[in-house]
Amino acid sequence: MEVNQSAENNSNVFPGAVFNMPGGDVVTGNFQDLINWSRSNSLWPLTFATSCCGIEMMSTASAKYDFSRFGFEVARATPRQADVIIIAGTIVNKMAPVLKRLYDQMADPKYVIAMGACAISGGPFFYNTYSVVKGADHIIPVDVYIPGCPPRPEALLHALITLQDKIKRGLTREQIKAESTQSPV
Amino acid sequence: MNAENISTYLQELDPAIVLEAGGEWTTVQVPVSAWKVVAQQLFTDHQLNFLFCVTCVDWKTHLSMVYHLRSTITDTTLVVKVQLNSDQPEIDTVSDIWRTAEFHEREAYEMFGVTFIGHPDLRKLILPDDFEGFPMRKNFEDPVNMIKL
Repeated sequence: MEVNQSAENNSNVFPGAVFNMPGGDVVTGNFQDLINWSRSNSLWPLTFATSCCGIEMMSTASAKYDFSRFGFEVARATPRQADVIIIAGTIVNKMAPVLKRLYDQMADPKYVIAMGACAISGGPFFYNTYSVVKGADHIIPVDVYIPGCPPRPEALLHALITLQDKIKRGLTREQIKAESTQSPV
Repeated sequence: MNAENISTYLQELDPAIVLEAGGEWTTVQVPVSAWKVVAQQLFTDHQLNFLFCVTCVDWKTHLSMVYHLRSTITDTTLVVKVQLNSDQPEIDTVSDIWRTAEFHEREAYEMFGVTFIGHPDLRKLILPDDFEGFPMRKNFEDPVNMIKL
């Protein structure tokens, strides 16, 4: 009997054991790991871009870089159908409530990527401005940060894969929060 | 009538009006008290019917309103600068002469705190209504959103 045991440090492998039986394979595994595995391979991003990082995001989505290859299958124009929001650009004070509302409208589980210097810290141009939020994590929690101004499409792809790894490892924000509230101190 | 002729005419009209050299366009400095009368004359007598830019500059010692005027008939451009007191900047509105000034003056009002006397609707234009301070002033500081370097 051949057993494909997934290595813990290789998150690209199927999270379980496959037993090759006569008449068909039998799969065993931790149910939560299977859920995370399937979730991480089908993340639909929200079409959300507030400045020049959006151009790089569009490039990453289109034929040359094509993030569909990694399961970011199709960008949705509504937060109700999206799993991940890529904050591609500057968030100004007037945009902040809109971003919060979009995030609130997304169904759980939901993930956030802060793309570029503006989304991380307010940006290289706007550090001394009355109108700009100094980092999108002041408004919504962020899973993955990408430095750059703007980051190259490869960097965005790397961030998307990093997010997938994070989900596969079972270390999503919600799970960390649930663990910390359930476990007795 | 070209811009030089207009500026010469204005200087003869009021000796307090001076020509400013060095800019791309012919520029005149007009005292704040004479501005409304001069503006009306520029519009009616000199056919400067298009006010294409209104802005304000904070020189720390004083504020300066800058009006870019153009004529679609004679193809003339004239820049008028008016110096204002930083502590209490007040100037007559020209929104009744050039309608476009209504929006531009609202912007100068919210960003620099210039009060336009006689403006029909002097509210903030882009900033939220509860915003305090004038963000384009050199001495503006916002402890929440600004990082001290």
